[in-house]
Amino acid sequence: MSYSTIAEDTRPLHHPKTWVGKYVWSQDHKVIALQYTITAVSVGLVALVLSGLMRLQLGFPGMIQFITPEAYYQFVTMHGMIMVIYLLTALLLGGFGNYMIPLMIGARDMVFPYVNMLSFWVYLLSVIVLMASFFVPGGPTGAGWTLYPPQAITAGTPGATWGIILMLASLAIFIVAFTMGGLNYVTTVLQARTRGMTLMRMPCTVWGIFVATILGLLAFPALLVAAVMMMLDRLIGTSFFMPSIISMGEPLAHSGGSPILFQHLFWFFGHPEVYIVALPAFGIVSDLISTHARKNIFGYRMMVWAIIIIGGLSFVVWAHHMYVSGMNPYFGFFFATSTLIIAVPTAIKVYNWILTLWRGDIHLRVPMLFAIGFIFTFIHGGLTGLFLGNVSVDVPLSDTYFVVGHFHMVMGVSPILVVFGAIYHWYPKITGRMWNKMLGQLHFWITFIGVYLIYLPMHYLGLLGVPRRYYEMGDTDFVPASAQWANEAITVAALTVGVAQLIFFYNLIHSYFKGPKADPNPWGATSLEWQTPQTPPVHGNWGPTLPTVYRWAYDYSVPGAAQDFIPQNVPPEDMAQDHETRGPAVVEE
Amino acid sequence: MSQTTLTQQDHLVTAPNSLEGLVSDWSTDQEVFKKVQWGKAMMWIFLLSDTFIFSCFLTSYMTVRASTTVPWPNPSEVFALTLFGQNVPLILIAIMTFVLISSSGTMAMAVNFGYRRNRKMTAALMYATALLGLMFVSMQAFEWTKLISEGARPWANPWGAPQFGATFFMITGFHGLHVTIGVIYLTIIATRVLNGVYDRNGKYEVVEIAGLYWHFVDLVWVFIFAFFYLW
Repeated sequence: MSYSTIAEDTRPLHHPKTWVGKYVWSQDHKVIALQYTITAVSVGLVALVLSGLMRLQLGFPGMIQFITPEAYYQFVTMHGMIMVIYLLTALLLGGFGNYMIPLMIGARDMVFPYVNMLSFWVYLLSVIVLMASFFVPGGPTGAGWTLYPPQAITAGTPGATWGIILMLASLAIFIVAFTMGGLNYVTTVLQARTRGMTLMRMPCTVWGIFVATILGLLAFPALLVAAVMMMLDRLIGTSFFMPSIISMGEPLAHSGGSPILFQHLFWFFGHPEVYIVALPAFGIVSDLISTHARKNIFGYRMMVWAIIIIGGLSFVVWAHHMYVSGMNPYFGFFFATSTLIIAVPTAIKVYNWILTLWRGDIHLRVPMLFAIGFIFTFIHGGLTGLFLGNVSVDVPLSDTYFVVGHFHMVMGVSPILVVFGAIYHWYPKITGRMWNKMLGQLHFWITFIGVYLIYLPMHYLGLLGVPRRYYEMGDTDFVPASAQWANEAITVAALTVGVAQLIFFYNLIHSYFKGPKADPNPWGATSLEWQTPQTPPVHGNWGPTLPTVYRWAYDYSVPGAAQDFIPQNVPPEDMAQDHETRGPAVVEE
Repeated sequence: MSQTTLTQQDHLVTAPNSLEGLVSDWSTDQEVFKKVQWGKAMMWIFLLSDTFIFSCFLTSYMTVRASTTVPWPNPSEVFALTLFGQNVPLILIAIMTFVLISSSGTMAMAVNFGYRRNRKMTAALMYATALLGLMFVSMQAFEWTKLISEGARPWANPWGAPQFGATFFMITGFHGLHVTIGVIYLTIIATRVLNGVYDRNGKYEVVEIAGLYWHFVDLVWVFIFAFFYLW
């Protein structure tokens, strides 16, 4: 059964001639990826500044006049929402997904470049709508990043007039943008791989992004529905989430709604969202570790199946965010069990990363430092997750800083470390230039040590019972004075780490103009994106013919080979004359 | 491109007929769904995502219906019409459902004629499908008008729980939006079929992709009908 696939169609791509066509209304997946990345990082910097302001208030209460309690809650809300959705989701899927999928699977572009372009512009619109909420009367919503009703839309909550409307609208627009991008990523992986590229020869990066995108396509609908219903509650006066309630001494017109329903919908999205961010990070870090340890990833098949199993399980654990919500207590048993089961495939991944390092030829380059840093922070955040997954442990800890420490470690710091590592790893391919090693190492050590200084004390504060979400502690008997010292220390560390990110941006921007020319494959990596005819890759990626893949992505340090890596598109000697051979492919392991 | 001459017979000949075929499709290179157009694969995945949207809407509806403190209105009484002096429960919905299911029939025939490269029959059946869809939306508009004139609002209604009106307008509105988009979509594709666009570029599968969307909208209606009107 031989036929030529759509991907092999040799009709020339539509090459835009104008600057605007190449760099603004671009349909090239690589340009779209950079547009996504720059937008996501820019909005992420806003969220970083907000977190600095929050820390200033917590460390030195009342020092800055404009941080009122209302402003504090607005900062908390916007920081959380921006970081989780508009930075991490957009960066890992819109940024890395767009750049890496076609290059790694040997495609010329995404299957529908025009839809892909629309995806970015609609995403930009959602960011603009979100940012607009800073400038409307009442400011952005201060409902907390989970936007729980009834308080999210009742008077008294900051931004209940305009902020919440813009937030919900922005989320709905983001979901439209994500759907357009996500359909592209999934279809591209399924239908547009090159010859010889079986699913089980794809690098872990593609697997992570692929499964995360599927999760997104199935989880964001719940958020969309929740946003639509809350919007109707707020604008038209329906009572989906609003019970009979007395606000400011006056009974509201609502009655009979279910606030818990919102929490179920939100977390049916919210928990897969954790893995939408984590799975691409898992995939990328697997490739970084394997490449820089010059060893094949330990248990490749198991790594892939672990990603798929984690993805599946992530849909049946959402109510572990709701142990204290007042839902039926028997639910807790089911959700605690399913939550702890997720630890099994996750532990498999961690063991396999460590076993990949075991007796490897480890090169402690900057991307590898970040990858190893990730293993530390992820184990750390994962273990505290086991605490919080149990109902009886979660109930006393749920409203304390323990939770803040846990999820910043597992979902904030860990993916961000991978993002840094990945940017350092692929920067030479994307720009054709090399960054400064000294600055890269400085950036790593300040960031890595800094995040421990920030988040480790938070666990201690949580065990003391210091409540999260509070604007200031005031005179609280059970909170000892030492807690305030810890808060000051955390703030100093947080500001230091925040400012230290300037090193990173300086390094990237300076190297882009002044950095030394990079080798096309400086790390000696096997996967296809390093084998492009040009560096940086041009529109169409591969020149006249698509590459043919003969092996998996992890042929490092193969005994008897001339080099310590064999790229995926290098044919085996005995098949060198016969490039057309392509039966059901076998994965060499 | 060889698949531009794809016919249904090709599908039958090459279709794997066992679990082995499934495994081999997923374990080979290039394409998981052999010879499936990108647009068709993408539409299937989109519909899977859209299924989750409607599932969330319907689950939310069931939740608020189960947890509301005021009795739920009786759909048989609310959705009744007085015809010839007789009070007939659910008659309008029955007709709407019949019309929409019929439109799936005409759509399926359009897809069949599309694969036979019968330009005129394909276009005619697609226009017929769009017309039936338009009838459905019109009847829905009539239903909304009638309920609104009787006092039903998203925030309150004369018969019971306020969530009745809220879920009714939201879910039928969202579905009606899908039908309306579908009518426009089908009309555009039918016009392109009639103009011979797909005879020239060979991409008659566009008709099937539009059909997938249309059948999905019909299928969703069956669930809305069962859960909202019959429960």
